Amino acid sequence: MAAGCPMLDLRPGKEQTPMKASFRLMTLAVAALAMVAVTTPAARAGASHEEEKPERHEWSFAGVFGRFDKGQLRRGFKVYKEVCSTCHSIKMLAFRNLGQPGGPELSEKEVADLAASYKVKDGPNDTGEYFERTARPSDRFPPPFANEQAARAAMSGAYPPDMSVLVKARGYHRGFPGFLFDGLPGFSYQEHGADYIVSLLKGYKDAPEDFKVPDGQYYNVYMIGRRIGMPPPLSDGAVTYDDGAPQTVDQYAKDVTAFMAWVAEPSLVSRKKIGLGVISFLIVFAGLLYFTKRKIWSNVAH
Amino acid sequence: MSGHSQYTPKSGFAKWLERRLPIISFVYDSFVAYPTPKNLNYMWTFGAILSFMLVAQIITGIVLAMHYTPETTLAFDSVEKIMRDVNWGWALRYAHANGASMFFLAVYIHIARGLYYGSYKEPREVLWILGVVIFMVMMATGFLGYVLPWGQMSFWAATVITNLFSALPVVGPSITTWLLGDYAVGNATLNRFFALHYLLPFIIVAIVALHVWALHVTGQGNPDGVEVKDVKKETVPFTPYATLKDGYAIGAFLVLYAWMTFFVPNYLGHPDNYIEANPLVTPPHIVPEWYFLPFYAILRAIPSKLIGVIALFLSILILAALPWLDTSKVKSGSYRPQFRKAYWAFIATCVGLGYLGSQPAEGAFLWIARILTFYYFFHFVCILPWLSRHEKTEPVPESIEAAVNGRGVSHA
Ligand code: HEC
Ligand code: HEM
Repeated sequence: MAAGCPMLDLRPGKEQTPMKASFRLMTLAVAALAMVAVTTPAARAGASHEEEKPERHEWSFAGVFGRFDKGQLRRGFKVYKEVCSTCHSIKMLAFRNLGQPGGPELSEKEVADLAASYKVKDGPNDTGEYFERTARPSDRFPPPFANEQAARAAMSGAYPPDMSVLVKARGYHRGFPGFLFDGLPGFSYQEHGADYIVSLLKGYKDAPEDFKVPDGQYYNVYMIGRRIGMPPPLSDGAVTYDDGAPQTVDQYAKDVTAFMAWVAEPSLVSRKKIGLGVISFLIVFAGLLYFTKRKIWSNVAH
Repeated sequence: MSGHSQYTPKSGFAKWLERRLPIISFVYDSFVAYPTPKNLNYMWTFGAILSFMLVAQIITGIVLAMHYTPETTLAFDSVEKIMRDVNWGWALRYAHANGASMFFLAVYIHIARGLYYGSYKEPREVLWILGVVIFMVMMATGFLGYVLPWGQMSFWAATVITNLFSALPVVGPSITTWLLGDYAVGNATLNRFFALHYLLPFIIVAIVALHVWALHVTGQGNPDGVEVKDVKKETVPFTPYATLKDGYAIGAFLVLYAWMTFFVPNYLGHPDNYIEANPLVTPPHIVPEWYFLPFYAILRAIPSKLIGVIALFLSILILAALPWLDTSKVKSGSYRPQFRKAYWAFIATCVGLGYLGSQPAEGAFLWIARILTFYYFFHFVCILPWLSRHEKTEPVPESIEAAVNGRGVSHA
């Protein structure tokens, strides 16, 4: 299909057939498609209400050898607990998960103390009553609102989504041809969701004068339509870190996002570790099969 | 399967069984002694790869089904529980989800091989049509499976696709209601989709059996497109020759499959499917899985919904008519210079339609999709019949033996 292909030969005087004419039509269509594909993302970015592309960040859990950073997960959990948990539930996370290997790895005592500081609903008991009791490590985090309606009523109509898989539920379009590379070994990029969320947490700006922000909404350049129902949740110094990490919005945003990435996929590290083993084995295995096959076929012309 | 068995039972038990159910000789003749043309290239390993993937999908699927709950308020969470709390659950689920993609990748290569080498031509028409049927049942299975995790894309894909049937005149709306078991996608729908998603793979197994049966009656085609004349000289026994070549190809394919499953498991998925289904919130862009995109583009390219649906079905069914559209006596694209160009133009069209299927159907995208849709059908109903009559083909080798000798010995 490259240069020199007779299909692209538009010189006059060449033999004309219906087939050639239709090829030409198709070639033009493919060429036009390539142009549209390359130019539209740029054209779209120019529109003022269109959201901005998130910035890319370094993540310890990215790439083939990616691992979560225990210190970062602990700080991120602190930010979640002290800030985000007033609005966002995280219903798939049990207290005990925080002690599991590969996560924040809180000690058994820390997990037990943490659970004991929460109350959960239980029941019915022998007399048929529902009751509140102190949480156990096997319980899941209790949600801040009884149900969606209660949350919306408190948040002027907006609903803070559950955070259990939120990192996987967000992303952004990389456009052509970037998306092709995102899946390839050496280029692979799977942290779209995390990059979007960090950017969003840092993306509150003053709205331009011609942009109307309705009551109860805030201007955020990364949110679709640039309007979000979440007030800026982070401010410098709001959470105290005890490991000396900077107490800034940038750091909080990154830490809490890393924590959310771990909650969304606690198996990520074992997945990558096991994956390396599986792929190495398969490469050796396929290699052995290849040489055996060559040996067997060596006396057959084919 | 045709002619006398190559197998002679040796042990007492084998002799006893042979007279009652000749299953050992059947397996022996089909997978050991079975003669395969010696000039096959790696495009001929995708049948084995597909068989492997079918088994892989069934095994991972059955184990997933042991932990999955087909009920609208529980389905999404049950999949997340598989990911978190079931031993190796994350591996099973990612292997099954990416396995579907790898299955389709393999089937597309397998079909493209057939299109290039004229595998659908006499005497393999029935074999080819069975393949088209498998492809359609696979598409149904993939669509039904995608609904099960009950994310936003699951729900809205189910809504969009079942809605297509309502375009049929008079009976359309009742058919849609009948398919859904309700007036909208809901619990009844999820239940039946799960039942059917469990059933269809076994129907595929049955059709695959017919497909392989037909294959063993006609014998395999080959890249030179001339039939086997001298079984002794021009074929090699399936085992060890094809077994090892297929084995190596499966191994190499597995490297790719493992890469997808372990390192980029969500690359081919859509983030919206990690949001639980919500009938009140329509996602801004509803896109199907990548393997449906070219067909989705054809559907949306046509302004009338009814004609769009007809075009969608025709775009697949037309494959079954190929043996009668392309009547050139020369089978292999290697000896058909003009056909070859048409072939690559057609492949480019399919890839282009795939890209367009992922984009909003508006503006320039829509117009290019219309041109490519037109060309898709034009290729089948005009170019191929025209070429069959007017193309100047290159001389075809006299036999496989002649083709191999002409090429010189290769050991690849
Ligand atoms: C005062 C309550 C409140 C707090 C505290 C809060 N959020 Fe939110 N959050 C919301 C609401 C409400 C929404 C829904 C916004 C919308 O849909 O417009 C939301 C939405 C989000 C979203 C999804 C945005 C999207 O793309 O749809 C993310 C991510 C998020 N919050 C992260 C956080 C993080 C991280 C924290 C803690 C640092 C946090 N939130 C603290 C109320 C809150
Ligand atoms: C032809 C072979 C098959 C194909 C192409 C296929 C395809 C799919 C697809 C695309 C999904 C959605 C994956 C996701 O995004 O999560 C899925 C899910 C599922 N499939 Fe299959 N499947 C096949 C065979 C089977 C079989 C044989 C079973 C059971 C016996 C099965 C059971 C399930 C279950 C329980 C789910 C839901 C869990 C999940 O979403 O991961 N599948 N399938």
